Amino acid sequence: MTTLQMLITIGAAGAATVLTRAAAFIAFPAGRETPAFVRYLGNALPGAVFGLLVVYCLKDVSILSESHGIPEAVGVLIAGGLYLKRHNMLLSIVASTVVYMLLVNLVF
Amino acid sequence: MTETTDTTGAAPGARLQALRAAFPLTIPILAGFVFLGITCGIYTGSLGLPWWTPVLMSVVIFAGSAEFVVASQLAGAFDPLTTFAVVLIINARHLFYGLSMLERFRGLGRKRPYLIFGMCDETFSINYATEPPEGIDRGWFMTWVTALNQLYWVAGCTFGGLFGTLVATTVEGVSFAMTALFIVIFLDQWEKDRQHLSAVIGIAAAAVALCTMGADNFMIPAMALILIGIACTRRRIEPAYAESATEDGGEGCA
Repeated sequence: MTTLQMLITIGAAGAATVLTRAAAFIAFPAGRETPAFVRYLGNALPGAVFGLLVVYCLKDVSILSESHGIPEAVGVLIAGGLYLKRHNMLLSIVASTVVYMLLVNLVF
Repeated sequence: MTETTDTTGAAPGARLQALRAAFPLTIPILAGFVFLGITCGIYTGSLGLPWWTPVLMSVVIFAGSAEFVVASQLAGAFDPLTTFAVVLIINARHLFYGLSMLERFRGLGRKRPYLIFGMCDETFSINYATEPPEGIDRGWFMTWVTALNQLYWVAGCTFGGLFGTLVATTVEGVSFAMTALFIVIFLDQWEKDRQHLSAVIGIAAAAVALCTMGADNFMIPAMALILIGIACTRRRIEPAYAESATEDGGEGCA
């Protein structure tokens, strides 16, 4: 991507973010009632979106590759397992990334 | 917007007092944002992006998880419409933060646009959950919380952008930090959620789209599938939240 294309992409992302944050203030100026379906989406969407993002992160992993996706699987298990045990976000990220880097650089 | 109830004319002392009241609440965010910002900078470096990309994103976008995804797209083909759509979906939850803050941001004049712009997850949590101490200007208090949090994020991203390039290009595998981040966010959401069907729909829809469309084109079809899936299962998902509304004493009408 050229520098200009990067600026446009970041600008588009910024515009989308502002839109999500300002939408309520634009659509419901005087405390108008929120439609039931919008409220429903607010409850149901986050879980699905974060599931999508996990898949997005792993989209380029291939079982057929040299490492068969083993470093990724180990990293995911460590990140997830540690988080369920300790509920420390930073610990999970650091530990799993370090193990993943060791596997990628030294083992596979 | 009228500025009759605006407090921008407050004495300079009031601003300083509001800053003193706001700062302690943001200390936990300081640690997290600086660290994650550095991670974001290292990640962008590992993708071969220039040092200023994480810095510009932290100023213009200011939405952590979305910035990681945007970074991965900056490393790919130019497709701003997909970026726009993806960020819209990732940040769709902010719409509901806005709904919760409609009343609180009223009458804050010039501070209001920035408060809305800077309403990331962490800033919203503090501004929504805390009342400033007696005698502290509420508008300035929330503005400081927002500005301090963004300052931490920009600082972390700048540091990571400047030095991350050095780290990332010499060591392979730093980019796994993004995967770890989203695993953690996903599990956190799973534990908080009152039902898990939507999370399963999210993963299943993404997997189906990925297998049929391939890694480069699956995001928008996946988001469409998720919306369809969630709309179709409303009868099963919605009761989980309907109960909570009555339990919490009707949060919506507060």
